[in-house]
Formats: sequence, C-alpha cells, structure tokens
Amino acid sequence: METLLNITIFLPLLGIPLVTLIKGDVAKKWVALLITSATFLISLPLMFNFDIVNSGLAQYITEGAPISSTLDIKYLVGLDGLSLLLFMLTTFMGPIVILSSWSSVSKHLSAYLSMLLLLQTASLGVFASLDLIVFYVFFELSLIPMYFLIGIWGGSDRIRATIKFFIYTLVGSLIMLVALIYVGYDAGMSMNGFSFTTDWRFLSSDAYQIGLVQQTYLFAAFALAFCIKVPLFPFHTWLPYAHTEAPTAGSVVLAAIMLKMGTYGLIRVCLPLFPNAFMEFAPYMAILAVIGIIYGALVAMVQKDVKKLVAYSSVSHLGFVVLGIFALNTVAVQGAIIQMVNHGLSTGALFLIVGMIYDRRHTRMIKDFGGIAKQMPIFTTMFMIATLASIGLPGLNGFIGEFLILTGSFFSELYNNKVYAILAATGVILAAVYMLWMFQRVMFGPLENEENKKLVDLNAREIGLLVPLMVFMFWIGIHPVNFTKYSENQVTELIIASKEKSMAVLEQVKTEEIPDWTAAFYGLHEDQQKNEFLTASE
Amino acid sequence: MESATALFSLIIALPLVGFLINGLLGLFVESYRSKKQLIGIIANTAVFIPFIVAFYFFVNMNADSGALVYKLFTWIEAGTFSVDIAYRVDQLSVMMTLIVTGVGFLIHLYSMGYMSHDDGYWKFFAYLNLFIFAMLNLVLGNNLLLLFLGWEGVGVCSYLLIGFWYQDMAKSDAAKKAFIYNRIGDFAFLIAMFMIFQSVGSLNFDVIFNNLAGIPEGYKVAIGLLMFVGATGKSAQIPLFVWLPDAMAGPTPVSALIHAATMVTSGIYLISRMSPMYVMIPEVMLIVALIGALTAIIAATIAITQNDIKAVLAYSTVSQLGYMFLALGAGGFTAAMFHVMTHAFFKACLFLGSGSVIHAMEHVEHGLHKEGKDVHFDPQDMRFMGGLREYMPSTYKTFLIATIAISGFPLLSGFFSKDEILAFTMNAGFVEGGSWLYMALWGVGIITAFLTAFYMFRLTLTTFHGSFKLPSKIKEALGSEKFLHESPWNMTVPLWILAVLAIFGGYLGVPNFIAETFTGQPAHINLLHDWLYNINADYGIVLGKGFKWILLVASIIVAVSGILLAFRMYNNDQQEESDALIASKFGGLYKLWKDKYNFDDVYEGLVSRPMVRFSDKVLAVFDMKVVDGIVNAIAGTVKLFGSLFRYIQTGVVTNYALAFVIGVIIILYLMIM
Repeated sequence: METLLNITIFLPLLGIPLVTLIKGDVAKKWVALLITSATFLISLPLMFNFDIVNSGLAQYITEGAPISSTLDIKYLVGLDGLSLLLFMLTTFMGPIVILSSWSSVSKHLSAYLSMLLLLQTASLGVFASLDLIVFYVFFELSLIPMYFLIGIWGGSDRIRATIKFFIYTLVGSLIMLVALIYVGYDAGMSMNGFSFTTDWRFLSSDAYQIGLVQQTYLFAAFALAFCIKVPLFPFHTWLPYAHTEAPTAGSVVLAAIMLKMGTYGLIRVCLPLFPNAFMEFAPYMAILAVIGIIYGALVAMVQKDVKKLVAYSSVSHLGFVVLGIFALNTVAVQGAIIQMVNHGLSTGALFLIVGMIYDRRHTRMIKDFGGIAKQMPIFTTMFMIATLASIGLPGLNGFIGEFLILTGSFFSELYNNKVYAILAATGVILAAVYMLWMFQRVMFGPLENEENKKLVDLNAREIGLLVPLMVFMFWIGIHPVNFTKYSENQVTELIIASKEKSMAVLEQVKTEEIPDWTAAFYGLHEDQQKNEFLTASE
Repeated sequence: MESATALFSLIIALPLVGFLINGLLGLFVESYRSKKQLIGIIANTAVFIPFIVAFYFFVNMNADSGALVYKLFTWIEAGTFSVDIAYRVDQLSVMMTLIVTGVGFLIHLYSMGYMSHDDGYWKFFAYLNLFIFAMLNLVLGNNLLLLFLGWEGVGVCSYLLIGFWYQDMAKSDAAKKAFIYNRIGDFAFLIAMFMIFQSVGSLNFDVIFNNLAGIPEGYKVAIGLLMFVGATGKSAQIPLFVWLPDAMAGPTPVSALIHAATMVTSGIYLISRMSPMYVMIPEVMLIVALIGALTAIIAATIAITQNDIKAVLAYSTVSQLGYMFLALGAGGFTAAMFHVMTHAFFKACLFLGSGSVIHAMEHVEHGLHKEGKDVHFDPQDMRFMGGLREYMPSTYKTFLIATIAISGFPLLSGFFSKDEILAFTMNAGFVEGGSWLYMALWGVGIITAFLTAFYMFRLTLTTFHGSFKLPSKIKEALGSEKFLHESPWNMTVPLWILAVLAIFGGYLGVPNFIAETFTGQPAHINLLHDWLYNINADYGIVLGKGFKWILLVASIIVAVSGILLAFRMYNNDQQEESDALIASKFGGLYKLWKDKYNFDDVYEGLVSRPMVRFSDKVLAVFDMKVVDGIVNAIAGTVKLFGSLFRYIQTGVVTNYALAFVIGVIIILYLMIM
C-alpha cells in the first residue's frame, strides 16, 4: 500500500519523458490519458483500504531518512482523513483534464501534456506530504506548470495574468517559508536529537507548543499564504485574471485542485500548530469569508464574460469553505471538507462546459450567445445540472456542503454570533440570481446569431468526460455519507485536540510574561472565563 | 427490504423511474422523442400506480393509526448532525399524497391531449414526473430537510416548466423570477432549520414535536415567522406572491398542477404540519392570518380587472391561498387542508378548462392561417371569446360547475371549505386570549368571498355566454367560429372527473353543527376533521350553534349576491361597458388594481435595479481599482525599491565584503544582547 501511494504520486512524472519521446500527437495524448487513468485506478485501493475508524492517524506512510543528523527534514508521505478525499479528487480529475484538451491544444503538445502531468504530481504531493518542508516544495512546484500553462497556452492577455498569479502567490508562500523555517527551529528545540524538524505528526501533537506571541505572527504568515491561494477576499484579484486567461485544462485544475491547497493548508497547518491564534482570529476570518461570499456573488452578477462570472462565483463558494473551517465544530468543518470536493466537481464541470462552448465559438462573452439550448440539448442538460449543483440544490452535492457549513456556523461557539451564518445564507439567493441569469442569457431566448445556429451538440468524448462528474454530483448529493465518513473521526479528534492544546498553551502562559497586546488579543484578563468556556464546549 | 417498505417505495420511486426513462431516452435517442403514445403511457403509469398504492395505504389506516415511518438510508451525517432519507405515512401525508397523485394523474392524462403537437413532449412528461417525485418527497418526508429537498425540487421543476417554451425570453424571465422569489423564502426556511437544529438537535418531526417545550420562546416566534416567510415564497403570499401570475407563462396543465393544485399549497402543508408549534405562538398566528386575509383581498381586487383568462385564475389562486393562510392563522389547520383539497379539485378543473378554451382559440388562429389570413390575436384574452358554450359543451359545463364551487354556492365543495374557514376566523376572535382583529379579518374574508363569486362569474359569463366576439373585433375572422371545437376525450374526461369532485368533495367536511341542530346529538359528519384531529392542533370551537348558522347564512348571501351582480353586468356581451363602469365608479382605486398595486415596480425600483447598479458601478469598479489597485501599488512599491537596491548591487567584491562584515557585527550584537 505504501508503494501504491508513492506510485500514485510519481507515476504522472514518469509520463513526462514518455510524452516527450513518443512521436505523433495522438499517441502523446493517449499516453497522457493512460498514465493519468492508471494513476486514478492505482489510487483506488488507497480509498478502499483506508481505515476509517483511525482516520486521524496517517496511513500508508513512507518515511525517508532525515537529510542530516541534526535536521529532521525527510520525505514523508501518507494519507489521513483530511487529505484522502482531496487526494482522490486530484487523481480523479487527472484523466478528465487530459481529455478536456484533446482537440483544443496543438501548440507544443509535449510540453503542454508534461505541464499537466507535472501539475498532477505536484498536487498529489501537496495533499500527501506530512513533512512541511516537503509540503512546501510540492506547494511551490505546482506553481511552475500553472505558470507555463497560462503563460503559453492562455488567452490574449495571458502574460499579465500569469505574472500577477505567480508573483501574488509566490509572495504569500515566501512569507510562509520564513515562518516555516522558524517553526522548524523552534520545534527542534523541544525535540530530542534534532535541531530542526518539520514532521507534521510532531508539530501537531501536544508535545510541541508555541507561545502566544509567536503563534500570532506565525498564524498570520501561514494564513496569508493560504488565503491568497484560496483566495479569500480581499486577496482574490489574481483569480479572475488567471481563470479568464488560462486554457480550459488550466482553469479546471486551478479551480478543482489548486484553490483547495489554501483551504487544506488552513486545516492541516494553521489549526493544529497555532490553535490559540486560529481561535482568536476565527471571527475575523469569518468576516472576510462572509464578505467574500456576498461580494463575490454581487460582482459575479455583473460580469459579461462567462469565465469571469464562474471565477467570481469561486470567490463566493470558497468563502463558504473558510467560514466552515473557522467555525471549528465537526458539523461545519466536515461541511467545509466535502464542500472542497463539491466545488472541485461543480466548478470544474462549469469550466469544462465553458471550454466546450469556447472551442466551438471562440468567445466567452455572454452577449454572443442566446437560444443555444435548441441546438445542443445534451449540453444544455449537463450545463443545467452543473448550474443547479453550483447553486446548492438539495439532491446535488453543493447543498450538502453549504448546509453543513451554515448549520455548523450558526451554532459555532467560536463565532458566537448568528449573523455570520445568516449573512452567508444570503449567498444562496444571490447564487441563484447570477447563475440563472447567466444560464438564461446563454441558453434561452431566440436563436438569432448565425454562428450559434451552426453549433453541434456534445460528442462522445465530451459527454464521457462530463458524465463522471455528474455521477459524483448526484452521489454526494444523495449519499454523502460514503464520502464524509473518511474525515469524520479525524475532524472530531483534531478539533478536540486543538482545543486542548490551546488550553495547555494558555496554562503555560500564566507563568510567563507576555506583551500587553497579546494578553488583550487573547482575552487573558478574563482567562478564567475562557477556560470554563472551553471545557464546556467539548 | 420488508414488503411494506417495498410497497411504499413504489410511491416514491415510480415517478422517478418515469422521469429517468423518458428523460434519458428522450435526450439520447432521437427516434424515441416521436413515440408520443409510449411516452405518455409511461408517464401516466408512473403516477397512477403510486395513486393506487397510496389509496391502499389510506384504506388500511384509521384516524388513530400511528405514523408509519419508512427509513431508506442515512442521508447526511456529520458530528452531532444526522438526518435520514425516511418517509412518514400518516393521516396528513396520505391525504396530500392522494391529492398529488390523483389530481396529478388526471393532469398527466389531460396533457397527453394538450401537448400532443409539441416537439418537447418527452421533456414535458419527464419534467411532470420529476415534479410528482419532488412533491411526494415534500409531503412524505419525515424530517424538515427531506421536506426541503422536495420543496426546492418542486421549485426547480416549476422553473423548468414555466420556462418550457424557453425561446420566448419573457417566459424564461418568468421562470427565473419564480425561482428567485422562491429562493428568498427558502433562505428564511433555512435559517428556521438552523434554529430548530440548534435548540432541538434534530430535524425529525417526532423529535421536534416532543421537544417543543425545550425551544426558547423567542426562538419559537422567530422559527414560526421564518417558516411563514418560506411559505409566502412557495405559496405566493404577500410580499413574495408576484412570481405566480407571471408563472402562467408555462403550459396550462402546468398551471393547473403546479401553480394551483399542488406545489403552491406546500406552504399551507408546512404550517399545518408544524401546527403543534404554531399554536404556542399566537402572535405569529395573527400575523399569518393578517397576511393571508390581505393577500386574499388584494389578489381578488386585481382579478376583477384582468382580461387574460389565465391571469384571472392566477390571481384567484393567490386569493384562495390567502384564504388558506387565514384559516391557518385562525387555528383552523384542518379547515385550511380542507380548502387545499377542494381548491385542488375546482381550480385544477378551471385551469384545465381554460386550457381547453385556449386550445380552441389557438385552433381558430391556425384555421385562419390555413385560409391564408394573417390574423394574430391573444388566444388567452377573454375579450375575443364569448358564446363558447355552444361549441364546447363539456368544457362549459365543467367550467361552470367549478365556478359555482369556487364561488361558495351552497352544497358544492367550495361552500363547505370556505364556510369552515370563515367560521374559524370568527371563532379565533372568541377563543381565550384571541384578538378582536380576527373579527375584522372575518369581514375581509366575507368581502373577498363576494369578490370571488363576482370575478369568477365575470370570467365564465364573458367566456362562455353571449356571442363569439372575435369576428366583431377582427374583420378577417368573420365566420371563424367554424374552427371552434370541443377538446378530445383525454382532455374532457379529466375535466368531468374534477367537476364531480368539485361538487362532492365538500361532503368530506360538512360541519358537525348542521347535523347537531337537527338531531340534538353530538355528530361526527365532519370526516376530515375526524381524520386529521391527531395531527392538526386546531383551536377548539367556542361559537354557539346559532352564531354559526348566522355566519353560514351570511356567506350564502354574499356568494349569491356576487353571482347575481355578475349576471347583471356580464351575461349579455357587456363586459367592456361593465368594466368601464366599475373603473369610473372606483377611479384611482381601480387603477391601482389594474396596476397590480405596483408591487413589481416597487421591487424592481427598490431592490433589483439598485442592487445590480451597485454591483456594476460600485463593487466591480471597487474590485478593479481599489482591491486590485492596492495589490498593484504594493507590487509597484516593491519594484521601485528593487530598482533602488540595484545600485547597491555594484558588482565590486569589496563592497559585498563590507556589507557582510557589517551584517555579522549586527547579528553578533543581537545575540550577545
């Protein structure tokens, strides 16, 4: 099983020399498709053999030797409840992404496929790594292929979009790197035998605690990097550019996988390492999340470009995920995790759909369409389902995540304020407004444009790559337990452990001198109350 | 799966199967789309068998049977939250199931004739089946979340069916409007569910009812109000009713099924289901009654001014739904459900009858086109109709029966259910702690009853009596009455069945006091009340027998006078003169009615347009210039510093060495300190 995990991560990488060496465009595409399909198939046993009861313990662990006797930096991969679903989503999207660009890309095909394959390995590595330096390396590695995908195969304004995307996310992650190195040395001091460690299992355990002052700075550094990636309002402006200019495959991977690295990082790193800061910052993060939900929806409502509209809808949807994460109860966090998958499926599908219509008409402007439902009934059906999933219709996947997030946020003790959930729930109305508006303008009305009268319905390849997404939209919508069960135990345990850890840190603080602002921020003047509250909330 | 569960599953599963067969085959197999007979039979069977099964469950139940709960599987589970796909067969849900599948089946049958020339035949029946499936989830769900799944599901089907002829932008606008207004209500419903879950820890009906005492008082009020807001969306009440008249853009069977008989009564079902909680919050009950009465009279006054046959019926529906909310708010939950049932019969009959009329008028238009005459008129405008009774006897007779029933004429179904509502409204003014306002609401109700009889007979008389007016309006249409014809059997049979139900449906709820007056003994002739008494927390009746007789006679008098007035004003082709007469009598008020109280303009002007303008002119600009501008400014600053630092990168090794030494000194200094 450990071997299987490693094969899954690195098999796409192996495909790069193959697609480069093999002659013939069709052959290259088939190789890439076979490699990604094989990756998906090989990853399936990882899901079937996963020990759900112990989802809190990382499974299928491969642990390399530390790079030196004092630095505990090592190749360390494994899957647990937090990562399994996103890992599987990544392998699942692999062949779909390759298929999506089957006939739309011909320029530098080898390089294009190589970039997609490299992106696949990088993304899988992000979700599987349990050493934060390795995590960081994969996190950064994923930027490079995306940089080229947008920069070479993107739309007309691709260079500006690429630079913005790259610099913005890079700035975030460099700040994170500084914080990570600090954590590494700091943790090394409380570990025997090493002066530096980034082993997540140790960092997240209660054996390693970080003081309040340091937590504040470190949380801010990590959270900034992750929030840019998510992207959380107001760090989102790179996203519409990147999405509109990216080729279809790039948009799909960006929306389905890469944005999740941000929200994933918030749960994986920020919560267990900096629990006190996490909890103190929660209401502020919730405010940004709620602003993002409403703001993203309102701005989406006035977009003239379909892709930009979907991009802004992502800002809105991911606001829900962040809101769920910081609500810090099992209901909301579970909702957030399944919502990450849901957003990947439905927004991924929407970008694919937009790509299909773009391939035919070479425009993404809403005004260029209208009435095409008549020409393309199958396309219409798929588009409708993806739209309904995106606006959170019960019976489809989006509802499950949104409902759990909102319910959990409503009674979250951290927020202790129902206004967040209530305001966020208005996103339900707004999503219907902008999605149905767009759908109507594109699909309904009289078929007047001559270009649109020539449109042909989806071919077998296009149907074939959308149907699996649709299946999962319904599956998660009707029987989400099949999916949420993987993270249930770990989420519950993680929340309890983080709360305990935060109390231990507070206990420690009593004997130390801390700056006034820290004491004020963490409400230590009323820390007696705080402890009671935490005990009561378990 | 045990056999009872399997049998029950048929009710839910068959409409879904019908949807999947017709939907998938129609979508992917082009030749299947023309097999209309087969498509229709599949769709009809998928509704008829569930009706039979539901009937079987009905006969095996009595008023005291406990609820049968069929759990299929766990739907959502996360932390403390858990909810099942589980259905609940009890007196209330079985009644709703019979209405939904029974009336639903008749409308399916009718649609085979009505839609027979439509290219989207397969899609239409697929959507209808999907609607039935969603509606059954709504009424049979054993918890609020499954009810909500049905609730949103019927909303989507309504959206798809209103916009069925999507090439007409106005129709797809109406569809979108319906969905969004419903979503506003759903938003409130969601918040209500969060509150219930927070205070009870479950969304299961049994758990909620057993823990009502544990819900804080303020929460109960909020939940009651929020659920009612949800109901105003789905059941078209003030302030969210404006979508329903527009929804008439859908094919007429859809108007009959979704926008009259079933879906729009969901809100009434919801509050009736939650009646044990509502009776604990009388202040909210009063608001429900107020809104209901207000909606009833506002819609009735609009109905007087309309010339579109379906628009009159649409406003009539809004008005009758208002009646039902008045009943709910007055503690007459059973009375409301009674009116849900009788209204389903006569309003479905009226809508299908109007469809038959529209069908005939369209046929006239086509006939004229075939003769080479380029004549265009609105086939729904009653000013072109008149005298249709000669050409369409079945449509006329059934339409007339349904009109008499809705007008509250004695001994037909609407009479009993409407009287029950008015009696409960008055009664609510006399129960302990009851408000005098209810007596005023009774007055509103009785005026509305008068208006109802009046505008319904205005409609019927203008359409069917007098002479056919199209030839006098359009010269080329002279002699066009030869194209008028009665609809085929699969359209008239459902009309007759519904007409019979519109006559006799009321005998399920004859008030007990009528028998008691004659026998002097406590009577049990109100079968519906006896059937639902375990579920609906109705207020007790405190009115005396004599008082009840007075109320009964009062409602007879208003109904009959409304009918008589309509006969005087509309029986002999004098519709336009009479309308003008009313307009001159009421002046500005009439204009307000004609303009539908300007609700749409107000919403458009105060909410939607400002919101879009704000998003477009402020937020989108803010996003580009400010949020992104700051990012660019930071990047620019960094670039500036970068170009300054470039001067430090001199390439002279001694400079680097100097910098290195300074750095070491600083670090050493920091470490020592």
